[in-house]
Amino acid sequence: MSIDSMFVHKMWNDNELSKMVDGGVPFPMLSDAGGKVGAVYGIYDDNAGVETRGRFLIDPDGVVQGYEVLTPPVGRNVNETIRQIQAFQLIRESKGTEATPSGWKPGKMTLKPGPELVGNVWKEWKTEMAFD
Amino acid sequence: MGEELGVSCARPTGGPVGESVKTDETEKEKNIFKEVVSMIKVGQKAPDFTAPAYHKGRFINVKLSDYLGKWVVLCFYPGDFTFV
Repeated sequence: MSIDSMFVHKMWNDNELSKMVDGGVPFPMLSDAGGKVGAVYGIYDDNAGVETRGRFLIDPDGVVQGYEVLTPPVGRNVNETIRQIQAFQLIRESKGTEATPSGWKPGKMTLKPGPELVGNVWKEWKTEMAFD
Repeated sequence: MGEELGVSCARPTGGPVGESVKTDETEKEKNIFKEVVSMIKVGQKAPDFTAPAYHKGRFINVKLSDYLGKWVVLCFYPGDFTFV
């Protein structure tokens, strides 16, 4: 979503993005003229007149589970976004009985929060796992 | 001929053509009436919206609540044809 019109979205997709991705952008490119939606989400930069790089993860109940906001010159890490969705999906499937510690990726161990875990995380989770 | 501009956006100078404007006064006045922008909170429902969109050759209207039941990644970015 950006402040550009859907017509500009079409030109960008048809003339540039479709040369990067076969078939063009697969998801809807939303237009937020005047930044009204961006203002509600707190990421519209009123002085510059554009949206900043805000990224929101919204779960199937419509609840915001996470967000990240960057200033314009730095691009996002898509793999990290996907990793976070995978983590939130695992938590949701476990109905909150599992938690993903720092550095978690699909296939890596999770923690089972409960009284026995208090003071014992060090036995299950090692610092290196945060950087793995 | 105008000088070459750094990338910027259009905005009113705050005065009529050909007349000088005391910019700091008008800025101050504007700020008085500005609403406080607050960040939305994690763990709370996302604000719903509808927005026109371009999707696979068609112009459509997208409503966030139509995506209930699915995971949604909502991405904002400064502008089409930007570099990052």
